[in-house]
Amino acid sequence: MEDALEIVAQTHSGMVRAHNEDSIATDAACGLVVLADGMGGYNAGEVASGIAVSVMVTEVAPPLKESSPIRRDEASGEELAVVLLNKSIHRANESIYQASQSQAQCAGMGTTVVAALFYDNRVAVGHVGDSRLYRLRGEILELITRDHSLLQEQIDSGVISIEQARHSQNRNLVTRAVGIDADVIPEIHLHEVQTGDIYLLCSDGLNDMVEDDDIQSIVYAMQGNLALAAEQLIQAANDNGGRDNVSVILVKVKQSFAQPRSFLERLLNWLKK
Amino acid sequence: MTAKLILSLDGTFIQEYLLSKEHTTIGRKAHNDIVIDNLAVSSEHAAVVTILHDSFLEDLNSTNGLTVNGISTRKHFLQNNDLIEIGKYQLKYLNDQVSKTNAADFEKTMIMRAPVLAVQPPADKPGDTGVFHTADLQAGKPVLPAAAPPAVQRAAIQLLNGPNAGKELELVKGLTTLGKPGVQVVVLTRRPHGFFITHVEGANFPSVNGQLMDGKPLQLNDHDLIELAGVKMEFYLKG
Repeated sequence: MEDALEIVAQTHSGMVRAHNEDSIATDAACGLVVLADGMGGYNAGEVASGIAVSVMVTEVAPPLKESSPIRRDEASGEELAVVLLNKSIHRANESIYQASQSQAQCAGMGTTVVAALFYDNRVAVGHVGDSRLYRLRGEILELITRDHSLLQEQIDSGVISIEQARHSQNRNLVTRAVGIDADVIPEIHLHEVQTGDIYLLCSDGLNDMVEDDDIQSIVYAMQGNLALAAEQLIQAANDNGGRDNVSVILVKVKQSFAQPRSFLERLLNWLKK
Repeated sequence: MTAKLILSLDGTFIQEYLLSKEHTTIGRKAHNDIVIDNLAVSSEHAAVVTILHDSFLEDLNSTNGLTVNGISTRKHFLQNNDLIEIGKYQLKYLNDQVSKTNAADFEKTMIMRAPVLAVQPPADKPGDTGVFHTADLQAGKPVLPAAAPPAVQRAAIQLLNGPNAGKELELVKGLTTLGKPGVQVVVLTRRPHGFFITHVEGANFPSVNGQLMDGKPLQLNDHDLIELAGVKMEFYLKG
């Protein structure tokens, strides 16, 4: 996996906040990247997002060293990668929820999460809340996730147009979060990956401050230098006011990474067709 | 901080109405929340729908219609200081949460409590998590003021040699790319405190005023001379 993906991650507290409540983690060996934007009083937001990323990496990475991400789980019929991603978000939810129940200063804390697990020329994307995943393919930047936010629901139901949403005062009200209740419903989807694709995971501190068109021009122009692109994205958010913490993870697909299959598996796959 | 409407006639204050309900009606008949007893006003003239901190004005098929800031409209997303006119009456919309809240609270992400029960079936559409309890919302999220874009200095580069000599490229975007992504790229970025040149990729590093650049961004000054792969350009500020 390390050969197929180039990964760069950066986080910044922004120009207004003293604390950085975002957390990021990457594991190039298993192709996992996780970003979380915590919320809650004092430093509970940092605690929540920190728990989320560490629990998720611990849940996903070790099992993938043992067995293949495309092995189907007997109970659910899903591939191991999807099962692990789903399970890891539930585990993160349990850990944060328990901590918030037992520690008074952590009461009510929660976090958004967006995670991408690359395997077998695909990416499994799991998210809860309003942290996003974008994909740059060719010159086109596309938003892959759909925010779990009040604003998105208003856009979906036609109450408000995308143009009007820019002026809405109901920003940053998420309708789902990890750790605020006993259970959580993550949204998980699989997407085909092409060589040359660039994936951008970000907290709302980026997309609230920088227009999608500007994100596109930065990532497109700087695709040859991901570290500089990450720096430029954060700088653009801060130049525009930097009212929130801003985190970005960029993943570039350098080459194909199909999962090796045995002869028997290939035969079975062929027969299924 | 609840938004409000201030009713007046020819500049004379009549009454103030808090938009505390989800649905506020405006009309001539007495059952409306805001009653304007005037024949130019329809019995049910308009309604204001308020969702947390946002309010939407809607014309309820009134006979004489209404205007917002002088423009005739049927549906309008109200912004602070909007002036609604119905007949000779004015309603000023005020939503001044911005000034009332602590700057440190800006942009805090909040959770809308939507209880997720273990037994609840998975939501069938994104975001469909059940009922919101707006009462559980903490303090409500403050609003970012529609930040006026900072006055931007204009600048351009002019090619000094080659077949396109004399050609000018104005730096209108936040980021202007020179070269081809994947091969050789230099970008010019516009920031609040000036313009910068950065080498992104490729074997050729640009030089500025004869000084070869390294990987770091460099601020450009008026009439700086840029040279990239044999092409000479002048950077200058436009007044």
